[in-house]
Amino acid sequence: MANKSVFQEFTKGLWAEIPPFRLVLGLCPILAVTKSVDNGIGMGVATTFVLVCSNVIISLLKTVIPKQVRIACYIVVIATFVIVVELMMQAYAYPLFLQLGIFIPLIVVNCIVLGRAEAFASKNGVVASLADGLGIGIGFTLSLTALSSLREILGNGTFYKMPVFGPDFEPFRFMVEAPGAFVCLGLMLCIMNMLGKK
Amino acid sequence: MREMVKLFVVVVLFSMFSGGLLAAVRGGTQEKIEYQQLKFVKGPVLQSVFKEASNDPLTDRFKVKDGKEEVTCFPGILNGKKAVAIEGFGKGYGGDIGVIVAINVENGQIMGVGVTTHSETPGLGSRAKEDPSFTAQFNGLPVEGDPFKVKGDGGKIDALSGATVTSRGVCGAVNSAVETYQRLKPSIMEKLKAKA
Repeated sequence: MANKSVFQEFTKGLWAEIPPFRLVLGLCPILAVTKSVDNGIGMGVATTFVLVCSNVIISLLKTVIPKQVRIACYIVVIATFVIVVELMMQAYAYPLFLQLGIFIPLIVVNCIVLGRAEAFASKNGVVASLADGLGIGIGFTLSLTALSSLREILGNGTFYKMPVFGPDFEPFRFMVEAPGAFVCLGLMLCIMNMLGKK
Repeated sequence: MREMVKLFVVVVLFSMFSGGLLAAVRGGTQEKIEYQQLKFVKGPVLQSVFKEASNDPLTDRFKVKDGKEEVTCFPGILNGKKAVAIEGFGKGYGGDIGVIVAINVENGQIMGVGVTTHSETPGLGSRAKEDPSFTAQFNGLPVEGDPFKVKGDGGKIDALSGATVTSRGVCGAVNSAVETYQRLKPSIMEKLKAKA
C-alpha cells in the first residue's frame, strides 16, 4: 500500500474499489435515496464531503488517538462533519434537505465512512487519505447517480425532472419502489462483475 | 493509571473541539436556516393569502414581543393598503394545526387564511389545506366580535364533511391568531408604520 502513488489511491475508488459495487458497503442510503437523480447526487456529494474531511482529520491525528478509544474518536469526528453538512444543507438547499431527511444524519453510521477511517486514514498520510476519501466519495456519487438515473428514467420516465420519453410512456412504477431498488442494485452488481472478469 | 487519564483527556478534547466547531457553524447558518424554513413551509401559504402583495412578506417580517415570547408577523402591502399575517395554532384530530391568517389592518377584516402545518388524516382532514374553498369562508369576515365556530357549534363556518374535528381545529387556530393580533395590535401598528 505504501508505494502506491496518490493518483492510484484516487482512481481505485472510481473502479477497483467503487464502494457500493465492489466493497458492497453503504447500501442503506443507496437503496433509500436513489429514487431520483438529484437526490442521488445530493447524497453522494454530502457523503464525499464527510469522507474527505474525516479522512484528513483522522490521518492528521492518527498518532494522537489512542488505540483503545479510536472508534469513539472517529465517530466524534465523523458525526461533527455530518452535522456540519446537515446545517449547510438546511441553509442552502432546503428542498433537498426535506427530501433526504433522516438519511443525512445516517451518514454517521455509513460503513463506507467509518470503513475508510479505520482501514485507510488511520494508517496512511494526509495526502494519500485525502486522495482516498475523494476517490471513494466520487465513486460513491457516481454509483448513486447511475443507480438513481436508471430508477428515475424507468420508474418515472424523467431524468433530472425532465421527461425523457414521450407522453405515451407508462412509468415502470416498480423501479421507484423499494423492491425495485434491490433489483436495480443486483443487476448493476451483475454487470460490474461481468465486466470485471474479463 | 496514566494510560487511563490519557484516554480520557483525548476523548474529552475531541468532543470539546467538535462541540465548539458545531456551535460556530450553527451560529453562522441559523439565520439562513430560519429564512429557508419560513420560505418553504410558510412561503407558499403566505403567497396564497397575499396574492397581490407588492413587497416580500418574508424578508420584511418582524417580531413583536408577546409577554415572554416573540411573535413573528409578516407585513403585506396590497395596492397601498396594509395588512399583516400572523400564525396561530389549534388542536386538530392528529395534532396541532398551524394556520396563517392575513388581516387587513385598516378595516379589520380577514383577507385570507391558509394552513401551514398539520398532521390530519390524508383525504379527510388534510382537505383543510388542499381545498381552498374551506379556508376561503373566512375571507372578508371581521376580526371583532364572536370567535369563529363551525355551523354545528352555532357558528358560520361550514365544516368539511367527515372532518369536523379538523374544522374546529382550524377555527381554533384562526381564533388564536386573531386573539394574538388584537392583543398586540398597538405594537404591530407601530412597526407597520415604520415599514411603510
